[in-house]
Amino acid sequence: MIAQHRWIDIGPLAEIPVRGARVVKTRFGCVAVFRTATDEVFATSNACPHKGGPLSEGIVHGRKVTCPLHNWVFDLETGEAEGADEGRIETFAARIDDGRVLLDRALLVKGVA
Amino acid sequence: MALKLVVIGAGMASGRAMEHLIEANDELYDITLFGAEPRGNYNRIMLSPVLSGEKSYEEIVTHDAAWYEAHGVACRFGERVTAIDRMRKVVISEKGETPYDRLLIATGSAPFIIPVPGRDLDGVLAYRDLGDVNRMLGYASKPGTKAVVIGGGLLGLEAAAGLKARGMEVTVVHLMGHLMERQLDASAGYLLQRELERRGIHVICGANTREIRGEGKVEAVLLEDGRVLEADVVVMAVGIRPNFGLAQSCGLKYNRGLLVNDEMKTDDPEVFAIGECVEHRGVCYGLVAPLYDMARVAARNLLGFHETFEGAETSTKLKVTGVDLFSAGDFAEGEGREEIVYRDAMRGIYKRLVIESDRIIGVVMYGDTADGGWFFQKLKDREDISAIRDTLIFGPAYAGGAALDPMAAVAALPDDADICGCNGVCKGKIVAAIRGGAETLEAVRAVTKASASCGSCTGLVEQVMALTLGDGFSVPSAKPICGCTDLTHEDVRRLIKSRELKSMPAVWQTCGWKTSCGCHVCRPALNYYLLADWPEEYHDDPQSRFVNERNHANIQKDGTFSVVPRMWGGLTNPRELRAIADAAEKYNVPTVKVTGGQRLDLLGVRKEDLPAIWADLNAAGLVSGHAYAKGLRTVKTCVGTDHCRFGTQDSTGLGVALEKRMWGAWTPHKVKMAVSGCPRNCAEATCKDVGVVCVDAGFEVGVAGAAGMDVKATEPLAKVAGEDEALEIIVAFVQLYRENARYLDRPYKWVAKVGMDWVRERVVDDVEHRRELVRRFDLSQKVFQKDPWAERATPATERAYAPLADLTQEAAE
Repeated sequence: MIAQHRWIDIGPLAEIPVRGARVVKTRFGCVAVFRTATDEVFATSNACPHKGGPLSEGIVHGRKVTCPLHNWVFDLETGEAEGADEGRIETFAARIDDGRVLLDRALLVKGVA
Repeated sequence: MALKLVVIGAGMASGRAMEHLIEANDELYDITLFGAEPRGNYNRIMLSPVLSGEKSYEEIVTHDAAWYEAHGVACRFGERVTAIDRMRKVVISEKGETPYDRLLIATGSAPFIIPVPGRDLDGVLAYRDLGDVNRMLGYASKPGTKAVVIGGGLLGLEAAAGLKARGMEVTVVHLMGHLMERQLDASAGYLLQRELERRGIHVICGANTREIRGEGKVEAVLLEDGRVLEADVVVMAVGIRPNFGLAQSCGLKYNRGLLVNDEMKTDDPEVFAIGECVEHRGVCYGLVAPLYDMARVAARNLLGFHETFEGAETSTKLKVTGVDLFSAGDFAEGEGREEIVYRDAMRGIYKRLVIESDRIIGVVMYGDTADGGWFFQKLKDREDISAIRDTLIFGPAYAGGAALDPMAAVAALPDDADICGCNGVCKGKIVAAIRGGAETLEAVRAVTKASASCGSCTGLVEQVMALTLGDGFSVPSAKPICGCTDLTHEDVRRLIKSRELKSMPAVWQTCGWKTSCGCHVCRPALNYYLLADWPEEYHDDPQSRFVNERNHANIQKDGTFSVVPRMWGGLTNPRELRAIADAAEKYNVPTVKVTGGQRLDLLGVRKEDLPAIWADLNAAGLVSGHAYAKGLRTVKTCVGTDHCRFGTQDSTGLGVALEKRMWGAWTPHKVKMAVSGCPRNCAEATCKDVGVVCVDAGFEVGVAGAAGMDVKATEPLAKVAGEDEALEIIVAFVQLYRENARYLDRPYKWVAKVGMDWVRERVVDDVEHRRELVRRFDLSQKVFQKDPWAERATPATERAYAPLADLTQEAAE
């Protein structure tokens, strides 16, 4: 068996709005892929630990996203909730290569952070 | 042996001069008085009360036959003077020659008749003397007589009011943009027009007369713009000009008027002249006060003194019962001029002082003119008012006394007293802003704009704050929008307008945002402010929208969405219902519910299905109901006169019209409306942001209701007779809200901050302002009134709403 590449090409960066997000479906739920104002990409679990709000629908500001349901704010790099709220979202490695967005295959394995 | 004094002209000026003369020495002169009118001196400025019937001729006579006889004045009334021979010192009249030692010319003025075709027709009158008044009264005896008064100045309006009082239908046609433009500024002119219209006098400003039509007698007046006004009588009151033909033909120097020096002498030292016929230092006077002054000076000099007339500031009062109006001096705006304005819109009171170099140079008062004389005295005295400036506008009751307590004066002010003249901010609005949390001067400025322009009212604003907050004053607590900035919503709104910031980066840059691209609190607010203020320039940023507005659907707790098609005024039909039922089945919609706003809600639609379900509903003619928007949600209606036995108006029709006009407009928060067809109020209009209750006489428009976390009845905004006016007022109200409220303040919260009076003034009272609001709303609608479903029922949106990738089949390793 040949080891598969570590990175999965999920599509062109242009398909994600600046300061926005898209979701990617996996067997263990949706992953949110964010694009910041400076064209960095981040991948996290899509569900807010608070009430399961879809983070991909939140407002992206700096390297943060605000949950659309109850305004929890998460750091996209660390996954940590900000301020008084306690909680954490899973984060996955993501990068851009020649205008394409690549995600770490590790996110396909449940429980790998 | 007494000298011979001949007086030509029996008007107010000569009457006063003779009085002074005789009082001082009734033996010096033998006086002969010529008057063209077949009667003696009467108070010409009281002709208006005679016309209106409030006074009789006898009451306005100043000098009757007994007076002349007692003082030895030889009266030659009705006898026309045809020439003056200065070489022989005789006055030549119809009945012969009268010698003089001294001559006093007081021939007054003649009405100016504009040279339009038809000016000679029977029924075209001037308004100058008792004869004119009697002719007008002759027409008034016929019921339903129509009068057109040409000229909206002092005389014209007095004539109009008098004719109206005599039962005529009166229209005033005025060339300039507002009434009495020589005495009043536009604001006072507007109040005056409103009052006259309230009395049933029709006023047309900015109208030029082209022709007076009729066969032998007046039938109509034709305006330049083509309008034809039916008329049985036309009164020309466009102005007067000095009447000095007699003096002119005997070689006395003249310009616009007969020229006199400061001693009221013409260039012939034996000939004096006074009144409206003269020109003194380049000025011709038409008001009584300076004429009386001239009369006094001429009388003294006839007695051998050397007194001088130095010219005069004049003031004006309109003599129409119930209309109080005062004006004096120069009230034009200009470089280096400041103004103090007091405005009480509800009571129709307006006072404006124009200040230059700490002196009053102009006074305009409407509604309450009690202090006019006091201001006028200061104007004439060129008194330095800097020490009493803070309370000057409140008149002698508050200024000039020893115990000057500005706080007491401010405390005594009514809520609708204007504090900031530049921005028209009243005390009530400042108090409301302070109670709404604006506890620093900066915050009050940001919320109300009071003292934000010239700053001269800063002290007054601070006094209002001290009165309202007591010891709490001086606590700085202006609340910034969010952690990204120190500025408040109001600060930022103001800067967006004043600095013309038209993009989000421009705001961040100019206002010194601390973050690179804002946050979930400020971005939606800025996005709204920018698109509301610059509809044509700013591009909406979906990424700065909350989830529901970005997706044009309401997110539910499980991440699915709801779809609500618009049903205009709550109306639907079988075709729409079938389409909704079909869509519900096709997309496995788990819940279909009737909403509180009379719509059908399809709950539980997956995001990726949204573009397709919208396309299906679009195909049946259904569009987005904006149930997700900070914008117009729904207009609830009852069935009104269509079906209901109690209905007074077509409430459903108005609801549909409102919704058709206003859908798609973004607002600071959601806006819900309702129209009830009668006071039973089945549409629950009295707890809406805007609610209309129909009554027999028309429409009662209420605003600022609430039925959410707070429950509050609407406050009455206006009662109008017509559906169009109701619609216009509602549109203007929503636009005012769009332009001024802070993001996420519902109308009731915003109105609490700015005050109903402030709103009413802009939306109801000031018709011009209302139209401007409507115009801006309509402009914005051109950009935003587009069905978002139709725009998004496309393959591109379908792709954007679907997952970017599906890795469920992808192997982990």
